[in-house]
Amino acid sequence: MADDSERVPPPFPESEQRETDPADGESDEDSDDFEGEDIFTGNSQPSEPKKDPLPPAAPTTTTTTSSNTKTNGLHSDDEEQDIFAEATVELALDSPLNNRKREPAQAKPSAPGPSLTVTGPSTLKPPPAKTFEELEEEEEEDAFELNIAVTNPEKVGDGMNAYMAYKVSTQTNLPMFKCKTYTVKRRFSDFLGLYEKLSEKHSQNGYIVPPPPEKSILGMTKVKVGKEDSSSVEFVERRRASLERYLQRVVSHPSLLQDPDVREFLEKDELPRAVSTQALSGAGFLKMINRATDAVSKMTIKMNESDIWFEEKLLEVESEDQHLRKLLSVVETLVNHRKELSSNTAMFAKSVAMLGSSEDNTALSRALSQLAEVEDKIEQLHQDQACNDFFILAELFADYIRLLTAVRGSFDHRMKTWQRWQDAQTTLQKKRENEAKLLWANKPDKLQQAKDEISEWESKVTQYERDFERVSATVRKEVLRFEKEKAMDFKNQLVRYLETLLHSHQQLIKYWEAFLPEAKAIA
Amino acid sequence: MMDAGIEDNSNHDFSGYDVRVTDAAQNGDTFVYVIKSQQISSDTEYRVEREFEDFEWLHHCLLTQEGVTGLHGIIFPPLPAKPGTSLSNSEAKTKKKIESLAMVDDWQMYCRALEEYLHLVTAHPVLVKNPAVHSFLKHRELPLKTKVKKGIFNKLTQAVEELRKEHHKDIDDFFQNERDSNLTLTAFTKAAVEKFLEIVLTEQKIAIACGHFSTALHLGIGQDDDPADYAFAKMCLKLSEVLDTVKKNFEKVAENDLNTLGFNLELHSRFQDAEKEMLFRRTCKLVDVETANKNLGQAKPHKKAAMEDIKKAADKEFDEISGMAKVEIQRYHRERVRAFQKALIELELAATCFCCSSTGWLSLNSSVQNNYIQNCTVWN
Repeated sequence: MADDSERVPPPFPESEQRETDPADGESDEDSDDFEGEDIFTGNSQPSEPKKDPLPPAAPTTTTTTSSNTKTNGLHSDDEEQDIFAEATVELALDSPLNNRKREPAQAKPSAPGPSLTVTGPSTLKPPPAKTFEELEEEEEEDAFELNIAVTNPEKVGDGMNAYMAYKVSTQTNLPMFKCKTYTVKRRFSDFLGLYEKLSEKHSQNGYIVPPPPEKSILGMTKVKVGKEDSSSVEFVERRRASLERYLQRVVSHPSLLQDPDVREFLEKDELPRAVSTQALSGAGFLKMINRATDAVSKMTIKMNESDIWFEEKLLEVESEDQHLRKLLSVVETLVNHRKELSSNTAMFAKSVAMLGSSEDNTALSRALSQLAEVEDKIEQLHQDQACNDFFILAELFADYIRLLTAVRGSFDHRMKTWQRWQDAQTTLQKKRENEAKLLWANKPDKLQQAKDEISEWESKVTQYERDFERVSATVRKEVLRFEKEKAMDFKNQLVRYLETLLHSHQQLIKYWEAFLPEAKAIA
Repeated sequence: MMDAGIEDNSNHDFSGYDVRVTDAAQNGDTFVYVIKSQQISSDTEYRVEREFEDFEWLHHCLLTQEGVTGLHGIIFPPLPAKPGTSLSNSEAKTKKKIESLAMVDDWQMYCRALEEYLHLVTAHPVLVKNPAVHSFLKHRELPLKTKVKKGIFNKLTQAVEELRKEHHKDIDDFFQNERDSNLTLTAFTKAAVEKFLEIVLTEQKIAIACGHFSTALHLGIGQDDDPADYAFAKMCLKLSEVLDTVKKNFEKVAENDLNTLGFNLELHSRFQDAEKEMLFRRTCKLVDVETANKNLGQAKPHKKAAMEDIKKAADKEFDEISGMAKVEIQRYHRERVRAFQKALIELELAATCFCCSSTGWLSLNSSVQNNYIQNCTVWN
């Protein structure tokens, strides 16, 4: 590895310092590059044995045979620098940039040892847990393949009874399904019905059941009435995307997937209409009342927490919730500003066009019209980026805020189980006291009854205690799984987002470069 | 500080100047601008400090100079609007309408506008000969100036006259066309400037929002013991970094937009106004000529000679003005097109440059992100 000796990796303590350095305004790329490098370096220290070397894009290549992790990490850092040096040189050319982007994406270094598949920029949600987790979690993943897509929103019916039907397509090679592919039509209340059924059955056992997207009376009314404007189109698209994510989350949960209701949802052609999900129905009111009583009882339960883990986790969940809400509001501001920029650009494009048309000098006039066109395209670009901001980031945050509510729900159920156990113990105690009293009062017939009751309650107490243990274990497992999934989810979305940013920047370059010859041609 | 001696009037050198407005310092209520200039033919560099009032004085001197034929046919380079105090800047911002560069909170921009004004004056073949220019650039103290009061009275009478004379038909097609096109172009340019400055404002707003987003991401970074939390935290940091870049990018883009097309459009718009004023002056003269002709026709015999003289003087002035005006107009259009081209090219180059650099950074990061996060989750 003679090449490697040329690039002496920076020693660790230095690079840690650099991490805390505020990026100076000037050489943006360099300082930002260092920060990226530092996080990388800082990370690689406790890295575990199997770590893939970065695919070298620089001409000086390092062989991928090195198995030394630490130097691997550092070398990839240096390669980052090299790659970047390339970037600054080849500014004017489009293709090298594209190549560089595609290279890392396509390079799939085959990793020795446990399966470590490189999930490149994926458009579909990648088959979950095709990674290291299998070893730790004893989930059967090797043959696990289940892809779900929700597409084709169609308006069915007319007037106030109209609804949107979505096409749900499933592709799978799981043995439990009879066929490989399914396509069914579902409406929004079907999804809600699925959630109701799953929630009834599983949340009391501490499972975190993913919540469906929210109902929106205003949004749906606009669609029903038939307004074909951009906001209702956006609404439908938003709903479709969140329904898709909802289903994907449900099926990625190993226990929920086993539930026959889920299978029915995916397979059956006609589902009975889930009436209990209607907002203004008897069932709806009943649910509201239940929720109110739950809230009250939650406040009165003072749990004697034997396991600090749960308390800590709950606090974490609370702070995460706050964090996500803050992020959501900030992203929404960003989205609004981008939309504003888009409309301002459109207006400017119009006024430039007018300027160009009233200009006498033909070359200048043409150049100005060209400028107007460029600005128009840029406007579309900004609009798209705003959508991406929204659909990728904002929805992600919103989803997780709802999911955190579900997490809190599972904690609450655990508390209820505990309460039940405690209540049973109290009752048992009372029964025993009763028995003692009867013994003293010497009433043999009632005594037998008391003894029966005692044994009944004793068994109940044991059962409830076991329930509580079981639910606690489930909650614990669920939370850990949730966190892992959250990390994966965020990672995927972040990569997607970066890609959209990258794409829009590249488009910008293309548009401006096309404009240059026109500008030069003036006079 | 180089002190220029008071030079003899007869030794004026009319070669070109190289003028720079290098600094603006706040001195109590007003701003003082440092102007460095050097004549191309000589080696001495002069440095003077001027306030905005001095610029107004210079402008006034140019407008009222004696002994220049067809003075009124000159399109005078427009002076930038008076800079407001910081209070009025924020007021303007709340009004959400930006009417001039002076309201955009950027003193460098304003210095550049002043510099451009001086460039235009010194590049004008007629105007540079005015001794006031010389004094302005070289003398420590300007001669005692009578405060130039743009009285309200002047504006009122001017406004009334304008309405009457503006639509006066011209005898020369060339000029009539010019007047018409000037009218439309002025309106469009003003609209374009407004919209463009709004774009710049929005870009700045986006930059700020990105900054907020980036900071907010830092808030959630808590304890790192849990490996999933750790991965999540690192991701937040990464996104935060990306956003910082996006923010800087937007800031640069906004700055660049202002510096190139924004500056040019705004100057252009003011110049259109100056041209309009010149054409108006000429039209007034035209009215005078026609009035003189009419008077001559109607004059009683004993006044005929006097009227004849007036008419001759009016005619002569009018011809001089028209002659100068034609030259000026052609020069103006040439310069305008050239300036526009330069601005557009600069806009394009800078835009591509920024995009390239951030694209490079982003592509690097998305690939790094991919690999690094996998590695992150490996040792989960």
